[in-house]
Amino acid sequence: MQNPQLDSDGNLRHLLSIEGLPKRILNQILDTAESFVGVAEREVKKVPLLRGKTVCNIFFENSTRTRTTFEIAAKRLSADVISLNVNTSSQSKGETILDTVDNLIAMHADMFVVRHGQSGAAHLIAKHVPPHIHVVNAGDGRHSHPTQGLLDVFTIRKYKPELHNLRVAIVGDVLHSRVARSEIHALTTLGVPEVRVIAPKTLLPAQVEKLGVHVFHNMEEGLKDVDVIMMLRLQNERMSGAMLPSTQEYFKTYGLTQEKLALAKPDAIVMHPGPMNRGVEIDSSVADGKQSVILPQVTYGIAIRMAVMAILAGGGAQ
Amino acid sequence: MTQNHSTQLPDAEDLLQVLAQRLQPLLQKNTALVGIHSGGVWLMERLLVLLEKTIVEHQIEHGTLDVSFYRDDYAQRGLKAENRPSQIAFDVENKHIILIDDVFYTGRTTRAAMNELFDYGRPASISLVALVNRGGRELPIAPQVVAVEICLDASQHLQLTQAPDGKLALALTSQHNSARS
Repeated sequence: MQNPQLDSDGNLRHLLSIEGLPKRILNQILDTAESFVGVAEREVKKVPLLRGKTVCNIFFENSTRTRTTFEIAAKRLSADVISLNVNTSSQSKGETILDTVDNLIAMHADMFVVRHGQSGAAHLIAKHVPPHIHVVNAGDGRHSHPTQGLLDVFTIRKYKPELHNLRVAIVGDVLHSRVARSEIHALTTLGVPEVRVIAPKTLLPAQVEKLGVHVFHNMEEGLKDVDVIMMLRLQNERMSGAMLPSTQEYFKTYGLTQEKLALAKPDAIVMHPGPMNRGVEIDSSVADGKQSVILPQVTYGIAIRMAVMAILAGGGAQ
Repeated sequence: MTQNHSTQLPDAEDLLQVLAQRLQPLLQKNTALVGIHSGGVWLMERLLVLLEKTIVEHQIEHGTLDVSFYRDDYAQRGLKAENRPSQIAFDVENKHIILIDDVFYTGRTTRAAMNELFDYGRPASISLVALVNRGGRELPIAPQVVAVEICLDASQHLQLTQAPDGKLALALTSQHNSARS
């Protein structure tokens, strides 16, 4: 079966998940993002690449940060941007996803950025749209959040350029996290030799080892000598039933404190995709500490999203 | 089909010396050099060495531009797989900018470079220095300083190349459907 993300020449057509993307494409996105970082530091924070194009952010599920960064990214590329919060509009009147999309195509949208609570929603839209329209998955259910995975890898590469020499630990609610899956795929594809996941059994998907990661249930053991610590948010809203005794108990065992951070390499960086639950998965002194790169992640997120949209709209590499 | 005719072309190293001589009078206080990737940056790096005395004397700053994000053919050609960050570390405002490119052809690269420069600020002036003017411009833009003018057919593609030891050379290829730059 042909990869729906690539066209017949192997160029990026849609960005739906990091799974299935060749290393060449991942590097193209990361390298292009490098060029966009500087744009934000100029007098005029815009380039004219997407002039005359219309980007529609369709958010079937709320996410202020992701929506805002996609909006800023599209605007810095000079596109016209429309953001729809569909849960508050037509969907509540009974319109299907594809009807919503068809209506926006009739308004001459050129690109869709889609966030949905159901896994596969962006795939469904990508299969439905005509060839000149591009789809970016901005998070679907528990499945995938490719731009977050890419911006995390980009951040790591900025601080630790030698990816083939790194030990990376992903800590927390891997089960409910679409970010964790995207991160694991990106890291292993780009040649990071050791990716660890640290979590209680109840917050790990079955057969997580098959993704090529080392599993730790004890945080102290798992953090030993790592270069990068990627904390995950405890997904309260996705949690059904009692998987954890209490958030206090969770913090005690899996929360990142200064003491636990000291087990990692002295120059290790701390990351978090946001929004943070301070005092649940991460202590404030760590989140605001010297080793934290949580806010640079947000800044780099814009460059990554600009790169993805620029590559899609331009039909990929030449 | 790609053919190589590099033997008929002038020597790029000789042209570089000519260019340095002609560029020198333009260098004054408040001038800045900006090389356009890739050939223009190679030339600039060499010119910085050749004209070092004048450059130090006038405290001339320099930077680089990759105009990929400003090209007018982006919709047809997309982004190149390899693009490098533009680096303009100085304040463009009120500077006399000298753009450096390897081959001047249609003028579209220069237009893209000017548009990008203006996003950094308002320069006092912009001039263009090119190693070769190959004829065929499509815009009311022309270089102020060139080392040589050659008249080439639209099917021919002239390019500056850099050997691993840093030596510059001109290469001519004939390409069907070659994209004009």
